[in-house]
Amino acid sequence: MLIQTTVFYFFSGILVLSALAMITVRNPVHAALFLVLAFFTSGALWLLLEAEFLGIALILVYVGAVMVLFLFVVMMLDINIAKMRAGYAKYLPVGLLVGAVMAAEMIIILSKSTFEHVQPNAKAADYSNTQELGKLLYTEYVYPFEIAGVILLVAIIAAITLTMRKRAASKQQSPHNQISVKRKDRVRLADLDRE
Amino acid sequence: MITLTHFLVLGAILFSLSIAGIFLNRKNVILLLMAIELMLLAVNMNFVAFSYYLDDLAGQVFVFFILTVAAAEAAIGLAILVVLYRNRSTINVQDIDNLKG
Repeated sequence: MLIQTTVFYFFSGILVLSALAMITVRNPVHAALFLVLAFFTSGALWLLLEAEFLGIALILVYVGAVMVLFLFVVMMLDINIAKMRAGYAKYLPVGLLVGAVMAAEMIIILSKSTFEHVQPNAKAADYSNTQELGKLLYTEYVYPFEIAGVILLVAIIAAITLTMRKRAASKQQSPHNQISVKRKDRVRLADLDRE
Repeated sequence: MITLTHFLVLGAILFSLSIAGIFLNRKNVILLLMAIELMLLAVNMNFVAFSYYLDDLAGQVFVFFILTVAAAEAAIGLAILVVLYRNRSTINVQDIDNLKG
């Protein structure tokens, strides 16, 4: 039990500090890297909660794909950081106040709750989180699972069609024009004078 | 002894930090998107904690779907951002006022 407590406080400390750093650093690239650290640490905390599949999936999907996408976009765009930071000091007290009040309210409510006595049942030694999750996902939740696939497909198509553009200088074939060409478009009979 | 309350408080702190992040970085769309990702992470933390302590895998299934939707949202959001930057050469929220809302 002591080991679990130590691990929880160690990782949650890193998680809160990296989240704090993410919202306060100047450079968006550094903010993205701190968010990567936050996701990675959450993955570790989920392992502590015996959600092994989701912990690994969080690291693979978020650190591996989503955050790389974020870093790619941050580095691709040329952002004027100084202009973005204008008015930062003005909103610092308001932002921190609202955040602190919200956190205080939630913590007060949670500390009065009866969640303390809820304890999980011990799992069997051969219990596999991934197997149980898979069974549930492919039986009871199979239609939501397929809808999730459709959502991802729509997201792929939307992202590509949004960012695709035709450049005036680029040369490309038009199959429609190629197959609908007629003889008169290509062959011209010239009437030359004989000398 | 780590109880469910510990994880719920952690989720609450993360959520409040991301709210503060939205206030602080309200000019930079990229940081706004990142703060939303952090907010979803806080919610997912609550789901996983409840799922573990109440012995119900439905919470983890829900986290799975939230991750899917969040990934799609991030991809489309960043695509919109790239198009916006290409057309306007800025991602400052205050310069994006074409609709005069």
